[in-house]
Amino acid sequence: MQIPYEVQARPDTGLYNAKLGIWLFLASEVMLFGGLFSAYIFLRMGADPGYWPHGLLNVPVGTFNTAVLIASSVTVVLSWASLKMRKLQQYKLWMGITIACGVVFLGVKLLYEWPQKFHHFGAFIKPAALEKYEPYLGNQHLKEKKLAPRVEISGHLHEVIIDASKADKAKFDAFLKEHHLTAEPDHHDHALTLVKGKHLTPGVAEKLPMIPSATDARVSGVKIVAFEVGLDPANADPTNPENERPHFKFKPPTETLARVEAADIESASAFAPKHSPYFAVYFTITGLHGLHVLAGVIVMLYLWLPIKGGTLLYKKNPEHLANRVETVGLFWHFVDLVWIFVFPIFYLL
Amino acid sequence: MSDSHAPSTETSHAPAAHGEHDDHGHAAHDMHLGLYLGIGATLLVFTLITVALAYVDFDKMLGGHGWNIIVAMIVATFKVCLVGAIFMHLKGEKKTIWRFLYFTVFFVAGLFLLTLLHYADPIYGTGYNHHWPAADVSK
Repeated sequence: MQIPYEVQARPDTGLYNAKLGIWLFLASEVMLFGGLFSAYIFLRMGADPGYWPHGLLNVPVGTFNTAVLIASSVTVVLSWASLKMRKLQQYKLWMGITIACGVVFLGVKLLYEWPQKFHHFGAFIKPAALEKYEPYLGNQHLKEKKLAPRVEISGHLHEVIIDASKADKAKFDAFLKEHHLTAEPDHHDHALTLVKGKHLTPGVAEKLPMIPSATDARVSGVKIVAFEVGLDPANADPTNPENERPHFKFKPPTETLARVEAADIESASAFAPKHSPYFAVYFTITGLHGLHVLAGVIVMLYLWLPIKGGTLLYKKNPEHLANRVETVGLFWHFVDLVWIFVFPIFYLL
Repeated sequence: MSDSHAPSTETSHAPAAHGEHDDHGHAAHDMHLGLYLGIGATLLVFTLITVALAYVDFDKMLGGHGWNIIVAMIVATFKVCLVGAIFMHLKGEKKTIWRFLYFTVFFVAGLFLLTLLHYADPIYGTGYNHHWPAADVSK
């Protein structure tokens, strides 16, 4: 079937059909992302003081990825202009760079940024227990300066202290086996300590806190007593004015350890969607945005390869290929445009 | 053509007739290459400005709260306008597409407004809000 007006403009709209189509699609995309952004506003405005985290994302890395997307927006429009000038080699070069930028963006997101979050751990303290953890929270100091209170202790999960009575030893061993953990007897009676580090497989930080509630393990008779956390700088030195506002340079957790009792915890989790409304909406929006980047890369690859719909089309009808590139370019600019809002609202504010 | 910056609406170029020697097209697009690079550089500079502004405590300077969000959104909106006008060729684009966008802006604004409407609770007036206790009618 021949699709009409793929090169020539349709007389009534003045546009070739694909351009009309992509703009209608982008209009629907605005509503899709608009819904998620309004959810962000809703969650953020509804968050109690102290419950909307700041400065958890790596700003230099986010800035780098923003620059990568902007650069790719320039190269995709240059690739289209090259086709309009009938310079196929130039088109291949610019489009190749655009695709590479998309892959770099996804690589940074999936191989660095997200895993770094999954290996981070945070425990929200019950309001009644906040006083007890004052040395890590510095709320007296924050109150004097009229700043929002600190309600979370975060960092790298160092140890999970589990209580398993001797009678439940078999269940406990099964629990360890299921999670590929090893245990060492604790100094306390009847308690065993799971030691994080060389004994444990990577990824344990996100597995353990997934236990339905922090106080009850999946196996009856096995109970999480406490978490030992290698503290983030803000918890290690809570009265330092440096920690009152987000840092530009990402600061990893310190060597300072703190024991947080499970009974004092409102909720505890890795920095995964379930951690907080902030991470829920962060992973949803950046995840959907990432899928858009992936889709753009796939379509651009299709137009870049020497196949029937790609550069082979150039010999047959270069204007048709140029229009295809303009269409995917419009989509790609939209993806960049979404990121222009995503970057400040999640990384900076 | 009424607008020189709408090359996509040009009629089909037969490859045999034009190829590498489309003088008019050359001049027009070469001029745009500089524009595209300039806009790209501007966007990069404004990204750095966005980052720098995030570390300025506007609330302290101006009083009140939420100023950093307003400042960041103004910069972001400016960047988005540049991308839309130049990279997406909206400057000089056909009326049909602009009409789509008017509707989109209208509906997305409505969507945001609906989300914010729960603060006012104008229909039943029964909402209690611990952020805006003044709006609490039960008192």
